[in-house]
Amino acid sequence: MKELSNSVAIVGVDESDEIGKLPDVSLTSLHLQAVHNAVADAGLKISDVDGIFTAGQHSPAMLGEALGITPRYVDGTSVGGCSFIMMVGHAVAALHHGLCDVAVISHGESGRSGTGVTRARDTSLSGQYEMPYGFGGAPTYFGMITTRHMHEYGTTLEDWARVAVSTRAWAGLNPKAMFQDPITVEDVLNSPKLFYPFNLLNICLVTDAGGAVVLTRADRAKDCAKKPVYVRGAGEGTEHTLVTNMADLPLSRATTISGNKAFEMAGVKHSDFDHIMLYDAFTSGPPIMMESLGFCEPGEGVRFFDEGRSDPGGSLPINTNGGGLSYTHSGMYGIFPIIEAVRQQRGECGDRQVPGVKCSLVNGMGGMLSAAGTIVLSHET
Amino acid sequence: MEPELLRPLPKPMTPEAKPYWDGLNEGKLMLPKCEDCGKAFFYPRIACPHCHSRNVGWMQASGKGKLYSFQIAYRALNPAFKIAPPYILAMVELEEGPRLLSNMINIEADPDVLKCDMPVEVVFEKQNDEVTIPLFQPAG
Ligand SMILES: [Zn+2]
Repeated sequence: MKELSNSVAIVGVDESDEIGKLPDVSLTSLHLQAVHNAVADAGLKISDVDGIFTAGQHSPAMLGEALGITPRYVDGTSVGGCSFIMMVGHAVAALHHGLCDVAVISHGESGRSGTGVTRARDTSLSGQYEMPYGFGGAPTYFGMITTRHMHEYGTTLEDWARVAVSTRAWAGLNPKAMFQDPITVEDVLNSPKLFYPFNLLNICLVTDAGGAVVLTRADRAKDCAKKPVYVRGAGEGTEHTLVTNMADLPLSRATTISGNKAFEMAGVKHSDFDHIMLYDAFTSGPPIMMESLGFCEPGEGVRFFDEGRSDPGGSLPINTNGGGLSYTHSGMYGIFPIIEAVRQQRGECGDRQVPGVKCSLVNGMGGMLSAAGTIVLSHET
Repeated sequence: MEPELLRPLPKPMTPEAKPYWDGLNEGKLMLPKCEDCGKAFFYPRIACPHCHSRNVGWMQASGKGKLYSFQIAYRALNPAFKIAPPYILAMVELEEGPRLLSNMINIEADPDVLKCDMPVEVVFEKQNDEVTIPLFQPAG
């Protein structure tokens, strides 16, 4: 993939018209709003789109029908919330080979209101081996990784709380964030106990939201409305679905594989990043991802959140949109850190703009660190 | 009339897991074991995840292991799970290698009392005539 570095750019990004609690907006409408908004952001028309990438409860065919287009290329990779980040790499390959010319990655999820949604999937594994014991829902699995991390590396509840505090500080600068009031470590430690080691403020929001990202080849990107943001690197990995089968628990093999591929394609080292977006369904996620991505030794990831390093004005800003913890989290959050990284690279972020930002990392997980997608974005080639 | 169930029963049961569920009804914790590489694994499936052999048999586990990780649930997410919180969500690593999820019983649901790597042993809890599940308690 190294020869594909910088061959494709992200030229359009946007959310659905609104994000948050939207009982009157169907899942289909969240998709359509996001795609229309992102395509307009690129200065393109819906009829220009000929590649559709989506995961979740809509197939790419259904989205093509809803949009009124017949795409030349589709991808429905569905490995959890990072699927959209993985699809950036898939779109780079498809665009490079001319399988499509304008690719749209779309997410829509009525995660809070369930408007227009039914669920049907294979539940035989969780049904037999997890549900009889009261497991069910991400907070009852991700805590297993987290408790083991505390045992092996001596990380503490205070360490995790600092992630929530830093992320909330960024949310205070994002007018679209659901929660904007500052919080303290004590606020997190005193918030309602849900599933030890998680209190309420250690766990992401549940919202309704859509988001979309538009990509095209670098030559064509120059004719779009906004400054192109180039895909320097992309990687992906999958390991397990059941948390018991995570070999290096509490670290994520999928994340290590994904990160190494993305860094190699981009030709970057860890110290080249000046802005980082990490999928934060839980406060322990970002530090464990930093460790799994090789930014530090296992157990040292929480240090990135010490002494304001990750905060507004800090030396390495992390989750500048306010994250899944405070901005929005519809269920499959992965489209949103891409949108934020592109806005940062364009310099559109107002009060939360990272000055002089050149190289953004986006890393997301699917399931319980079961799958991972990593991309490296820059407005410079 | 059957007594009210406190837990969701395992479902849908898959054919490849039948020896596991049959074993529990007889008070045995059975694990799928590869006849080629000799490793036990979990969950039950028709091929070995270690060496990819389809020569898979079964072994009876000792029922001993350690508490690999845990959580304390202060509320239930699933209305079909009716045991009053707080209760202990447990990941147990068996002596034979595989890890499985279960509950810890006969110990306080307190993060200062529970310790990762503490020795545990299986306790069989009958749900009805068809279903028994493995729970774990501190090893005696
Ligand atoms: Zn084998």
